[in-house]
Amino acid sequence: MRREGSAFQGVGAVFVKELSDNISSVRMLMLELLIVVTAMAALYEAIAALRQNTAEDPFLLLRLFTVSQAPLPSFVAILGFLIPLMAIGLGFDLINSEHNRRTLSRILAQPIYRDALLLGKYLAGLATIAISLTALWLLVIGLGLIFLGVPPGGEEIARSLAFLVIAIFYAGVWLSLAMLLSIVFRSPATAALVALGIWLFLTVLWPMLAPAIAQAIVPPDPRFAALGLDTPGTAIWTQLLQRFSPNDLFGEAMLAVLSPTTRTLGPVFLDQIRGAVMGAPLPFGQSVMIAWPQTVGLIACTIVLFVAGYVLFQRQEVRA
Amino acid sequence: MSEQQHTSTASRPEAVIAARDLTKRYGKTSVVDAINFDIAKGEVFGLLGPNGAGKTTTILMMLGLTEISAGRVGVLGFDPARQPLQVKRRVGYLPDAVGFYDHLTAVENLAYAAKLMGLGMAERSRRIAAALTRVRLVDVADKRVATFSRGMRQRLGLAEIIVKRAEIAILDEPTSGLDPQATIEFLDLIRELKAEGVTVLLSSHMLDQVQRVCDRVALFRAGKIAMMGSVAELSVQVLGAGFVVEVEADGAGIARRLAAIPGVGNVETLADDRFRMTADRDVRADAARAVVAANGALRRLSVDEPSLEAIYAHYFQATPSGGVRDAA
Ligand SMILES: Nc1ncnc2c1ncn2[C@@H]1O[C@H](COP(=O)(O)OP(=O)(O)OP(=O)(O)O)[C@@H](O)[C@H]1O
Ligand SMILES: [Mg+2]
Repeated sequence: MRREGSAFQGVGAVFVKELSDNISSVRMLMLELLIVVTAMAALYEAIAALRQNTAEDPFLLLRLFTVSQAPLPSFVAILGFLIPLMAIGLGFDLINSEHNRRTLSRILAQPIYRDALLLGKYLAGLATIAISLTALWLLVIGLGLIFLGVPPGGEEIARSLAFLVIAIFYAGVWLSLAMLLSIVFRSPATAALVALGIWLFLTVLWPMLAPAIAQAIVPPDPRFAALGLDTPGTAIWTQLLQRFSPNDLFGEAMLAVLSPTTRTLGPVFLDQIRGAVMGAPLPFGQSVMIAWPQTVGLIACTIVLFVAGYVLFQRQEVRA
Repeated sequence: MSEQQHTSTASRPEAVIAARDLTKRYGKTSVVDAINFDIAKGEVFGLLGPNGAGKTTTILMMLGLTEISAGRVGVLGFDPARQPLQVKRRVGYLPDAVGFYDHLTAVENLAYAAKLMGLGMAERSRRIAAALTRVRLVDVADKRVATFSRGMRQRLGLAEIIVKRAEIAILDEPTSGLDPQATIEFLDLIRELKAEGVTVLLSSHMLDQVQRVCDRVALFRAGKIAMMGSVAELSVQVLGAGFVVEVEADGAGIARRLAAIPGVGNVETLADDRFRMTADRDVRADAARAVVAANGALRRLSVDEPSLEAIYAHYFQATPSGGVRDAA
C-alpha cells in the first residue's frame, strides 16, 4: 500500500521542539554534570601521570584519553560506562511520556506520520548527546593544551575526532534501546528500570559471564595452562561472546583508534604478525580499518533496535 | 469551502463523513459492529451511549489512529487508512481529556501544533492570536499550561482546531469535567463553529447539552447504533410520544393520580413536588384536574419538547444491556 505525502513531514518541527526541551531540562543538566565531573576527575589523574612521564611520546594527547591511574579508570572507560546512562536518561520516556501526558493523539491528529515523531525525537536525543560529547571533547583538547603544553598534531586530532564519532554511534545504540523500551512499556519507570538492568548486565555482568560460558563451551586445556597461556579456543569464544555487548565493541574500537600501536583486536597466530615492527604506530587509516567492524556493529545494532521500535509504534493503538 | 465534484456512494450527497459497515474487533469481540451513518456538511452530530459503547473507537477509526477491522469510512471523500494526511489536514480533533506540554506556554503549544500543520511563521502567529482571542485565553497566552484549569485546557484544544481551520471538528467528550458556566461557554463556541460552516461531531454523556447543540444524534449501544435521528424523531421512536409534561404541585398521592390519566406513559418523580410525565397527547388539562382532585396546590404546569435524557433513560431501562441486536 503506497502512502501519500512525505514520511518526513514534521520531522524538523519535532526535532527542534525536542532538542530545546532536552537542552533546557533539569534531567539533562544532571546527566551532564555527572559526566563532566567524573570525566574531569579521570582527566586530572591522567594529566598528573603524564606530567611525570618525561619520555617523548608522539601521541601525548591521545594518552589523555586512555591513561588510567588507579583507582580511577581511564577517560574512555568512564565514557563507555556513562554514555549509555546519558542515552537511557534521555530516551526512556520518549514515547510513553506522550501517552501519559495525553498529548500523543493530539499530535498524531496533525498531518504527520508517526515516523516523523519517532525520527524527530530520536535525532533530537542523538543531537543532544552529540553536543555534550563535542563539548567534552573540546574540554579534553583544551586541558591538554593548557596542562601538557604541546599542541596536538593533525593525526591526533583526526584520531580523537574518530573517537567522537564512534562515541556518538555508541550512544545511538543505547538511545534506540531506550526508545524501544519507551514504546514497549507504558510506564516510564518500568522502561527506565529495564533499560538500566540491561545496561548493568551488559557492562558489568557480561564481561564476567562471557569467559565462564566460553570455558563451559571449550574447557581450558591444561597444557596451555601449564605454560601460563590462555587456551586459544576458549579465548576466541570469550571474545566472540563479549562482542555481544556494545560496551565491548566500543572499547575495542577505542583501543584501535586511540592507541596507534594496536595492530589487531583479536587473537592472532604468530605467522600473521611476522615482519611487523612491534610497538610502531599504525597510520590513521589502518587504525580506522581495525575499528571499522566494531563501528559497523554498533551502527547495525542501532538500526535493528530502531526498526523494532518503529514497527511496534506503527501498530500501536493511540488512545488518548 | 469547495464544491465536491465526485459523487460518493452515500445516500446524502452532501455527506462529509460516511461510514459503511464500519467494524472494529479486538480479538473476537466487536467493539464497533458494522455501523452505518452519514453526517452532512455543517451539521452538529452527537454520539451518545454508555461507557464502553464504542464512541471513542469510532472516532479513532475516522482519524486513522486505529486500524479498521472491516467496512470503511470516508471523511471528506478520503479514506483515513490510505490517505491519513489528507484527512488529518482537514479534520481537527479534541481528544477525551486532552493533554498539553505543561512546561510550554499556551502559545508555544499551539505553535508546535501549527508547525506540524505546516503553517508558516507569519500565518502561524496570526492564526494563533486570533484563535486565542476567540476562546478567551488571550490573557493567559504566555502562561505555562501547567497552571491551566480543565476548562482552559479544553478551550485551548478548541483553539488548536480553530488554528487549523478544520472543516470537521471531532470533539470527544468536550464538556466532561467542566462546570456549568464553562459548559455553556464551550457550547457557545461549538455553535460559533457551526455558524462558520464547520461540521461538528461530538460525543458526550451530558445529554441535555448534547440536545442543546446537536442537530442529530446517534445512540450507541454495545458497538451498534441503536437509534439515529433528531431528538424529536427519537422521542417518537422511544417514548412513543412527543409530549413531556412537568407538574409542580403539593399534595398527597399526586404521582399515582397523574399516572392514572389515560394516555400517560410514565411518571417520574423529580422531587417531592415535581413530576414529569410523558404522554401521547397534551394532558395538561387532565393533569390540572388530577391535582385539584387530590386537593393539591398546583404551582406550575408546562409542556416540554421531548428531552434526550428521558429518551436515553427510557431506552436503556426498557432494553436491558447486552441482549439487544440492532434495534434501529
Ligand atoms: N485495546 C483494546 N483491547 C480490547 N478492548 C478494547 C481496547 N480498547 C478499547 N476496548 C474496548 O472497546 C470498548 C469501546 O471503547 P470506547 O473507548 O470506544 O468506548 P466509549 O464509548 O468511548 O466509552 P466512554 O464513554 O467511556 O468513553 C470498551 O468496551 C473497551 O473495553
Ligand atoms: Mg470515549
